[in-house]
Amino acid sequence: MAAGGSATAGGPTTSARPDHAALEVRDLRVRYRSIDDHGPDVLAVDGIDLTMDRGEVLSLVGESGSGKSATLLALAGLLPANASVSGSVRLQGHDILALPERARARVRGRGIGMVFQDPGGSLTPVLTVGSLIDEVLLVHRGLQGAAARAETEALLARCGVGDPARRAQAYPHQLSGGLRQRVAIAAALAAGPEVILADEPTTALDATVQAQVLDLLVGLVADEGVALVLVTHDLAVAAAVADRIAVMYAGRIAEERPAGELMERPGHPYTVALRAAALPFRPRDRDGEGIQERLPELRGRMAAAGGTGCSFAPRCPLATDHCRLVAPPLEPFEGGLVACWRAGELAEWPGVESPEVEPEVPLAAIEPQAVGWPGQGA
Amino acid sequence: MTRSGWVGAIGLGLLVAMALLAPVIKPRDPLDLVGRPLLEPFADPRFLLGTDALGRDVLAQLLYSARVSLVVGLAAAAGAIGIGIGVGTVAGFLGGRVDGILMRISEAFQTVPTFLLALALLSALGASTANVVLAIALSSWPATARLVRAEVLSLRQREYVDAARLAGLGPLTVAFREVLPGALQPVVALVGVTVGAAILVESALAFLGLGDPNQISWGVMISNGRQAIRVAPFLVVIPGVCVALAILSVSLLGDGLAARLAPQRRYLS
Amino acid sequence: MLPPTLSFILRRLLHGIPVVLIVAVGVFVILEAAPGDAVDAYLAQLGGGDASLAADLREQWGLDRSELGRFIAYLTSIVTLDLGRSVAVGGSVVEAILTRLPATLLLMGASIAFSASLGVLLGGIAALRRGGMTDGVLTLGALILNAIPGFWLGLILIVVFVVWLGWFPHAGFGSINGPRDPIGRSLDIAWHLVLPVTTLGLTYMALYLRLMRGAMIETRASTWVRAARARGLPETRIVRRHMARPALLPVVTMLGLQAGTMLGGSVVIETVFAIPGLGSLAYLAVSQRDLPLIAGVVLAGTVLVIIVNILVDLSYARIDPRMTDERLRTGVG
Repeated sequence: MAAGGSATAGGPTTSARPDHAALEVRDLRVRYRSIDDHGPDVLAVDGIDLTMDRGEVLSLVGESGSGKSATLLALAGLLPANASVSGSVRLQGHDILALPERARARVRGRGIGMVFQDPGGSLTPVLTVGSLIDEVLLVHRGLQGAAARAETEALLARCGVGDPARRAQAYPHQLSGGLRQRVAIAAALAAGPEVILADEPTTALDATVQAQVLDLLVGLVADEGVALVLVTHDLAVAAAVADRIAVMYAGRIAEERPAGELMERPGHPYTVALRAAALPFRPRDRDGEGIQERLPELRGRMAAAGGTGCSFAPRCPLATDHCRLVAPPLEPFEGGLVACWRAGELAEWPGVESPEVEPEVPLAAIEPQAVGWPGQGA
Repeated sequence: MTRSGWVGAIGLGLLVAMALLAPVIKPRDPLDLVGRPLLEPFADPRFLLGTDALGRDVLAQLLYSARVSLVVGLAAAAGAIGIGIGVGTVAGFLGGRVDGILMRISEAFQTVPTFLLALALLSALGASTANVVLAIALSSWPATARLVRAEVLSLRQREYVDAARLAGLGPLTVAFREVLPGALQPVVALVGVTVGAAILVESALAFLGLGDPNQISWGVMISNGRQAIRVAPFLVVIPGVCVALAILSVSLLGDGLAARLAPQRRYLS
Repeated sequence: MLPPTLSFILRRLLHGIPVVLIVAVGVFVILEAAPGDAVDAYLAQLGGGDASLAADLREQWGLDRSELGRFIAYLTSIVTLDLGRSVAVGGSVVEAILTRLPATLLLMGASIAFSASLGVLLGGIAALRRGGMTDGVLTLGALILNAIPGFWLGLILIVVFVVWLGWFPHAGFGSINGPRDPIGRSLDIAWHLVLPVTTLGLTYMALYLRLMRGAMIETRASTWVRAARARGLPETRIVRRHMARPALLPVVTMLGLQAGTMLGGSVVIETVFAIPGLGSLAYLAVSQRDLPLIAGVVLAGTVLVIIVNILVDLSYARIDPRMTDERLRTGVG
């Protein structure tokens, strides 16, 4: 099994088999052992399932500590040494979690490319950006010298870097943030991956540049037929580019539905809170940090774990005793999946249906002591 | 404090004990000829570490040498740090042309090979313990000066400094009474290094015969032992180990203290 | 318009002038502080002389003028590269320095290369094995080497490798009746330099080991290394290009800062191994109280350190692109 997997999983798109999803994640769990061996383990990802097809954009949305970044690192095989992973991650049908590290390294780059949040930090400062990409072409595609440089320039051009011949000779610090991120995307594309993982790729950029980089990523999905997993804390970004959105909370998927339907009629109270935070005219929590502060940290949640009840219940205005006792399963709901006992009733709550119309009134109507609810403290 | 810091403290404690107890353990002048020359260590219970080529007690010389190393090391480091603090505070606080001149001078001191400078000073002023201290202090103050200056520069903008100034205190009073104390913490990280370097330079100068001619010291012992190195290498080995242990102790202790006082500055030294 | 490298060198040389000037003032003060002057030293060596000869010599050497006059005369002589006469070597100071320079340059160059490359290698290994046995041994070894006096290490190496094992020649810069042909002579010199270079290199290696270890621990945790992993690069390539190379910068900076210290250290090492370089010349000058000679060596050492620092900065610009000029500032926006 391992031999077959390592032989083809890393190959370029020719090995793609249409009967398999581009990426299929089953029951993924990531557990961090505490570094000094004394503290309790932390369960960062608590059993999630995801399926992606080529040419699709899936956005993982959540705040820090929701497990979205740990999920991404697990998919890329870049978790630190004190993390253990279980479950399965199938790339074109081959389980890459089971691969030994050498074969896994081949999958990185060739099967899965990754784009990081900080475009300055993800480019080695002492190397020209051209040589960074040349290097990927040499390692994965055996291209050298002029052939490699020609391909590098073509990649840069495709990623919207003007005057690629000259820019290839520049060092990262000589480029603007937006250009650096374009270079990073070109480097991630260089080995011809089927899946691109993007971790907050636009968070560090100016608003106008943000939109351009998102356009680039979406365009690449359409042109190259890659699958894009976009991790963001900003539901507005996710709604703008994703086909499907998976909202994560405390290591689990709270809601996973087509983007439009999720934005229109959220099935989970947490999605409502995120959506309110993402809306441009939200009443008080203008910076989006407000919510974050009031959400319990991962550590706090794990202390209360043992797994009884819905993990969002302590902050949920709709929580009942039933919610606090029994965790809701992820169940079909209007075109997708939602893990909430009261998903069906949510639509009847004021403000959920169409927040754009009159944001102030319905939000104020919600009980003020509801922790984490947008507009609290108004 | 860190475990290695405690190791350093114990080492330094032993060194101080050696220096203080020298007259108790070995009351005779360490330069007296007391026994048969070139006795091996442990061969004669009266001379536990043997005798040198002239028949002088190695252990006695070792104990008295600890005094020279400690005194010169500490005094020279104190001098260097004192000059450094003075120059750094004045330069950082007054700024402008004074700062420019002082920093140029410290740059010159950092460029000139300081050991050569010490040699020149000693050959001009003559070899004595005081001159050795002066030579080492004069050649190793710039590191402290630059560090203190940087700290003072960042501190002098604070409100309490303005308050002191508004209260009518003179600039140098403000600099030394209000600004300097806050700037001293990072200097702690340099103390161990500076003392260690001073002990090292002292031993090298003594080895070259530029220490006080009437004082025994580890460097002198190594230099004397060199003549008999083929037949009695222990005469060179033993004092050298003492120099290394002394420097190791002060640098471990210095690192430990620095880590304790300012954990965020661990990498500074 | 000058090429940028040349104008950089010129700028740095100009910047070095005030430094040399300050050092010259310091040296002058030291010379003045000494009891007696060059004439006294000269006459003492001749075995005495009468007062009129002394006065003649003082006038001839410009020593009868006021302090300011003497200082100006001293500066003039520096500018004209006339550093006076040395009693100890019986000739001009400049000539003595130039004759001794090659041996010191060779010793220092080889020692810098040895200590830096070994320090970088071992520091890198320590960083990769951080917290493990290897790291512990290397870190402890660096601490100990840092505390060992170089002259003592040299003597120990002589005992072990010359006296006991007989592998290397005892001292000197070349055998007196050694080979005459260039290759044979070079090998002979190299053979003589093994122990001194090892001594000087090892005592300074600890510093580079610690620096490299610290810097590489940082680069190892950097986002760009994680990004390089995400691109599926082989680990050896990541270590070489993405961890070690950026970590070299502080090491190179330290090379320049340490040049002066190393030159000072070479004084003792050259005397231990009887190498006819600047260091043993300084020792000779001091032991004979030959003040013009020691002053000349201090000045020559300063100039040498300035030149080494310029070379270091030039190579720094090669490995750290952020240091280079603004010309390349390409795409913005």
